[in-house]
Amino acid sequence: MTLPAPFENWFATKGWSIHPHQQDMLNAADDPSVLLIAPTGGGKTLAGFLPSLIDLAETPHDGLHTLYVSPLKALAADIKRNLTTPVTEMGLSIRIEDRTGDTTYTQKRKQRADPPHILLTTPESLALLTSYEDAPRIFKGIKRIVIDEIHALAESKRGDQLMLALARLQSLEPGLRRVGLSATVEDPQAIAHLMAHHPDPTHIVHADPGPDPDITMLWTEELPPWSGGGAKYSIPAVINEVKKHNTTLIFHNTRAQAELFFHNLWLANTENLPIAIHHGSLDRAQRQKVEAGMVAGQLRAIVCTGTLDLGIDWGDVDLIIQIGAPKNVKRLVQRIGRANHRYNAPSKAILVPANRFEVVECVAALAAVKERKLDGDPRVRGPRDVLCQHILISASSAPFSADALYAEIISCGAYSDLTRTEFDDCLDFCATGGYALRAYDKWQRLQLRDDGLWHLRDPRTAQRIRMNVGTIQDTDTLKVRLRGRAGGKPLGEIEEGFAATLTQGDTFLIGGQIVRYEGLREMTVQVSRRADKTPKIATFMGTKFATSTQLSHRILEMFQAADWPDLPPHTADWLDLQRNVSKLPEHGRFLVESFPYNGKAHTAIYGFAGRNAQQTLGLLITKRMEELGLDPLGFLATDYATLIWGLEPVSNAATLLDPKKLRQGFDEWLAGNAVMKRTFKASAIISGLIERNSPQARKSGRQATFSSDILYETLLKYDPDHLLMQITREEALRGLVDFSRIEEMFARNGNRFDHIVRDRVTPLATPLMLEVGRIPVAGAAQDRLLAEAAAELMENSGLANIET
Amino acid sequence: MNKYSFSLMGANLVALPSGALWWPERGILCVSDMHLGKSDRIARRRGSMLPPYEVRDTLTRLEAAIVDTKPQTIVCLGDSFDDLNAQISLQDSEVQWITRLQAGRSWVWIEGNHDPGPIEFGGTHLAEFNEGPLRFCHIATPAGRGEISGHYHPKTSIKAKDRTISRPSFLVDDQRVIMPAFGTFTGGLRDSATPLQALMSETAIAVLTGTRTTVVPMQRH
Repeated sequence: MTLPAPFENWFATKGWSIHPHQQDMLNAADDPSVLLIAPTGGGKTLAGFLPSLIDLAETPHDGLHTLYVSPLKALAADIKRNLTTPVTEMGLSIRIEDRTGDTTYTQKRKQRADPPHILLTTPESLALLTSYEDAPRIFKGIKRIVIDEIHALAESKRGDQLMLALARLQSLEPGLRRVGLSATVEDPQAIAHLMAHHPDPTHIVHADPGPDPDITMLWTEELPPWSGGGAKYSIPAVINEVKKHNTTLIFHNTRAQAELFFHNLWLANTENLPIAIHHGSLDRAQRQKVEAGMVAGQLRAIVCTGTLDLGIDWGDVDLIIQIGAPKNVKRLVQRIGRANHRYNAPSKAILVPANRFEVVECVAALAAVKERKLDGDPRVRGPRDVLCQHILISASSAPFSADALYAEIISCGAYSDLTRTEFDDCLDFCATGGYALRAYDKWQRLQLRDDGLWHLRDPRTAQRIRMNVGTIQDTDTLKVRLRGRAGGKPLGEIEEGFAATLTQGDTFLIGGQIVRYEGLREMTVQVSRRADKTPKIATFMGTKFATSTQLSHRILEMFQAADWPDLPPHTADWLDLQRNVSKLPEHGRFLVESFPYNGKAHTAIYGFAGRNAQQTLGLLITKRMEELGLDPLGFLATDYATLIWGLEPVSNAATLLDPKKLRQGFDEWLAGNAVMKRTFKASAIISGLIERNSPQARKSGRQATFSSDILYETLLKYDPDHLLMQITREEALRGLVDFSRIEEMFARNGNRFDHIVRDRVTPLATPLMLEVGRIPVAGAAQDRLLAEAAAELMENSGLANIET
Repeated sequence: MNKYSFSLMGANLVALPSGALWWPERGILCVSDMHLGKSDRIARRRGSMLPPYEVRDTLTRLEAAIVDTKPQTIVCLGDSFDDLNAQISLQDSEVQWITRLQAGRSWVWIEGNHDPGPIEFGGTHLAEFNEGPLRFCHIATPAGRGEISGHYHPKTSIKAKDRTISRPSFLVDDQRVIMPAFGTFTGGLRDSATPLQALMSETAIAVLTGTRTTVVPMQRH
């Protein structure tokens, strides 16, 4: 296909010519499914939209023509801006609108009644649209769908939900063409499989990957600390880099770290350089202000998190700074792609390790980038909790036939091998609860009626189902507002769990300001600007990525070197010290270190299996300790080690690390542990067993609600084979439990280990001591603690003498 | 200290770890807020179908308490049923189970806000029940003396080293006892909540339930 004259002219006025991969995408416009793999800055979005724009320019179209789906609300708004420019300049009459969680109610109603030509949205908003009774009318005549940053969606359940929604649209409009836009990934075939309308194939188009990035690690005069993720030491050096560049993006792995860094950056920002902060927990108005400032080129630096991780094309970004080890080479490469959006110019990036262990991780990651070695995990079968939600969404839109819905679902790559029995079990769960005890025959949620179709028993439940659409697991958050008239200025959100730890007068950071907690009013955290104390840090539930297998292996290899010319002296010295007082972990052996700290016995087990697997190891080993009477109190896991503390010291590590003993009773252990309960809660919400959004229930306080743990325990006791228990087990094994990496670790190490007992914290264990994410063990030690704490309270109150 | 013994207006009472209250001298076993049939009511009203096993779980625990104490009288302190449609909510086997538990002892159903009227089970149906110095009712009254009540589902949190442990609890002072909810599908109200703070005296204690009872001073504000 050649470029029509108006487009040719428009390219010419810009001084551009069409990129080869843009032409390839144009040539493939009639394929049922096309996947473009291109680095950022390659005009990827335009490549995806060109066929739509040309078709709309040449053939008048009524209603929705192209749907664009991206993982981020911000991306939808950004694309709207970027598309509007060529459309306006070419004088095309194409209506472009976005629709996300941030779109107003009135605007959303208008869009349903009169859809634009191009609608920009997110997977959740799309799923919601398909749940309306008028979905067939909204999507009537739709021709194309563009899925941006599909590699990011493919990593989570959001991708599965999106593909199920696409299957629905494809049934409504069988001619629908699919376009996927992806950053560089290790396995394009996997994404092609995910996005295809089976059995139709997906055609893969590769763009030129561009030159190698210019990427270095920051060397500072100041020593990086032993532990922590703040990287405060790097601030003078970072400010210096910001001064030397037009616009710098400063990425952090978590929101809490971003807040703290931003706060410290401003304390040192003597020249008042315009530096802003952007992350998902900030108030929308505040985020939009930053986005606008970026577009206008008014900002010199933006401290951000994954919210800006994806292909947002703003302003003149010429430097990426990554604070903290990148954990995963693929993610690092994609982040680096943010800098220098001119095609064929190398991107510039600087890695800033937050502590000395991360120095080692950063050097390992640099080596991997140089060798263009990406990492990734194989994708698994479509999760059934998402499928259950999809069945409920379908029922909310219209009564359905089970046969037709099944046929539609197996046209999705991730569900193409779903058996009819598995589908029927999910349908039964949605209809009756799927319990061995058939208790709800009268109150079934879905009923098979005489017309052969499944109907909602009570049409009003559609409203409740819609309120629970989505697969992102938000922890319960509370809005934060400045105390004052008219409700006060909204600042953002914090986790309910964090809010519960605050008492009046406590201070915390949000949006870069220190605020003082004044109280809770109608589920809103009231704060004032009186900041006279060191802030506590607001905790946000950010996804914690496990260091990839590739990086872990590279680090173990580095430890075996005789010396470390690539490492800064401070880090090399630290490793030397560890080698002298203890040992460095090596391939094929566990390293175990035991030492007392803060009145408790601590044991660190270095397995280098990634955070999730180390966490599972922690659960398995604390269970063993419980059996051995060692009264474990809790543990924490990092990517390379598990640290356990308890009341009794570990003297015989062999009894703890016996793989046979650890595997024994694994099922029983798995059933009873906290990870399973957390996983169960997530799946129970996604599958529609319990509700996420019930503002009334939350406002009425906790009396009416009870914890999902009780549901889990009840099912475990009376209906252990229930569908949701199967799903929970499946999810836990591959997600939080990551059992495959435990098996890999035991295959690697067998039961070979070195146990070093010291009288204080070892150099290598130092970073572990300040890690967050401690998991308590609810065993015998819990009752011991409760009794001790109670006795102390009674004693202090004087009540102990009054009673008896 | 598996059980917690105390006296209220001269009556010697025992708070059991299960959340039931035992008065040995009169042979009275008291439980509150069982909310039987809750999962059925939620399915009927909201369309969510929770595991329908909470009735058998609550009755299993009630039966264990009965076997343990062999009471002459059972007092259910109200909200025994999640609503008045008990007969349609409960499975036949569960109805028979309750009838079997009632055999050979007297049974008092106190009205609650969820079950404000006669229920279709044998036994005595009362707004309140007076025995010796004690008055058994669903909701505590500010002026009440020797009052055993439920309704609020109190729970108490204790900070112990690195964690907070939260359990349903009895709130006890020299005038009254507020009982924890006995039902399996029941949430709790923190003892720091205003109505509980207003009802209980300065020297009130909380008796936490669990595998054993744990006694702490009630949190005051």
